[in-house]
Amino acid sequence: MKARRKKIHLHDLLMDSVIYLILGALVIVTFYPIWHVIVASFSTSIDIVKHPGLILWPEHFTAGAYRKVFEHPLLMKAFGNSVKILALSLPINIVMTLLCGYFMSCTNMLWKRPIVAMIMFTMFFSGGLIPNFLNIRSLGLYNTIWALVLPSALSVHNSLICKTAIEGIPDSLKESAFIDGASDFQVLWRVIVPLMKPTLAVLLLYYGVGKWNAWFAASIYIKDNAKMPIQNILRAILLENNSMLNQVADSGDQFSQYTEAIKYAAVVVSTLPIMCIYPFLQKYFTKGVMIGAVKG
Amino acid sequence: MTQKIALAAHKVVRDFRKNKYRYLLVLPVVLFFLIFDYKAMYGIVIAFQKYRTSAGISGSPWVGLYNFQRFFKDINFWRVLRNTFTISMLSIVFAFPAPILLALLLNEVRSKWLKRTVQTITYMPHFIALVIVCSIIHSFCQTNGAINDIIAAFGGERLNMLSVKGLFYPIYILSGIWQNIGWDSIIYLAALSGIDQEQYEAARVDGAGRIRQMISITLPGIMPTISMLLVLKLGHVLSVGYEKILLLYNPMTYEVADVISTYVYRKGMIDTDFSYATAIGLFNSVINIFFLLTANKLSKKMGQSGLF
Repeated sequence: MKARRKKIHLHDLLMDSVIYLILGALVIVTFYPIWHVIVASFSTSIDIVKHPGLILWPEHFTAGAYRKVFEHPLLMKAFGNSVKILALSLPINIVMTLLCGYFMSCTNMLWKRPIVAMIMFTMFFSGGLIPNFLNIRSLGLYNTIWALVLPSALSVHNSLICKTAIEGIPDSLKESAFIDGASDFQVLWRVIVPLMKPTLAVLLLYYGVGKWNAWFAASIYIKDNAKMPIQNILRAILLENNSMLNQVADSGDQFSQYTEAIKYAAVVVSTLPIMCIYPFLQKYFTKGVMIGAVKG
Repeated sequence: MTQKIALAAHKVVRDFRKNKYRYLLVLPVVLFFLIFDYKAMYGIVIAFQKYRTSAGISGSPWVGLYNFQRFFKDINFWRVLRNTFTISMLSIVFAFPAPILLALLLNEVRSKWLKRTVQTITYMPHFIALVIVCSIIHSFCQTNGAINDIIAAFGGERLNMLSVKGLFYPIYILSGIWQNIGWDSIIYLAALSGIDQEQYEAARVDGAGRIRQMISITLPGIMPTISMLLVLKLGHVLSVGYEKILLLYNPMTYEVADVISTYVYRKGMIDTDFSYATAIGLFNSVINIFFLLTANKLSKKMGQSGLF
């Protein structure tokens, strides 16, 4: 009996080691590219050009590239544009999603089915790239910030997450509010919203990350570089090797020393806010993903 | 007859009286979809026209199915169709099982802290902007990048990996796994938490080992989720997104990397052949709907509720 138990333990130990080994390797492979960017952002350009491959630690540690990022007019302008887009978008996103989710959760309405069908249909069929582009142009939104705010004001997928959260609130709470003479708007604002704060936080994260990381819409709807969000500027300097970073005349002091590192520092600065927020909302992700899967 | 109409009218009026604030609340939502979705859908008619911006939809001449015939005769027709299909299939074979394996492994980890840490780190790439992901791919794949450092260390030859046709699919698929393995495992972990723990107790009493439990309890437990997601994937077999490919491909890899959506982008936005690009896009949408409906039927046949 004793021997048998020991054997099981050994077997367990072996299996645990294999599992931890695989997970450890996965964590390293996942994290190394991110680490690479962080290390490069704290390096000098000479070190990056000399050793662009595997690096584990900056050869000459310096935060100079970060100072350059914050002094850089083009990058700061682009960050400003992205923040502006976010500030305009998120309130609209949340209000529209609440309205759509609330309507979809209501019952006993004559026109509910056709309206919901009209909303759901857009998940499976859309005009496509060119008709959407021509539509934005004909609405007079081309080359304005609104082209990056309004067309993405509402996602059906997020509305379904919202609808499910509203349905999760006990009917008795809503009904008693109605009996007390509350209107639909008051029920939504006073009863439902306070009870679904975690869901709203997750929706804010989804919309916020989506907007902050988006580049394609601006690449077709925005013409002026001065109106471009940060991702499009990053694309130009990182992927198209556009030299707009160097073109900006700098008052001499070792600017070229950071021309490579500044790219990585800009990447870190643009990604850091999201990286700091999502772990706190991690436990709420499950709900959204279950609904998202059905939508595909 | 008139009575029926009167009754219906009465119903409409009563419904409107009772729910007028609800309809008022949903009005912005309806307007949003009308302006940004349905008005755009009307623009699809240019697929049957020879559209000129100066003439607009009402002034452009109708050409029937000419744009579709052009696409079927296009020398790139088979190329984009084949590439779209190939990329979808490779994703299903290689990228689809990865998050399932991760979920099964995480399920065996007993330390809550460790499990959470692995999850937090593997979710990370999901939140990194695509532009940044692709710039990391570019820098890792360049001749003196990190991957070539490893290849050279084993005596291999350095090459600019993104210009090599044979390497495009591995780069695209592997980086896709890197991006999504953690995030996509969430749904399986949720399914795993729904499995009755008593089944494991019973299996242990019967002397089943952990691998045996994984095969006989855990895997069947998440099988409905796996098959549902697989069917969904099959439904999207001809819709490969353009964003990542646009950031990764170049004329040297068009032969393997150009898919329907990127071709639509180049024909429409670069060559400004609006009618032609719209026709290709419409052809793609119609096929996608057909696949999705088939997938839905399949899912219902397998005894599930269907996707929609």
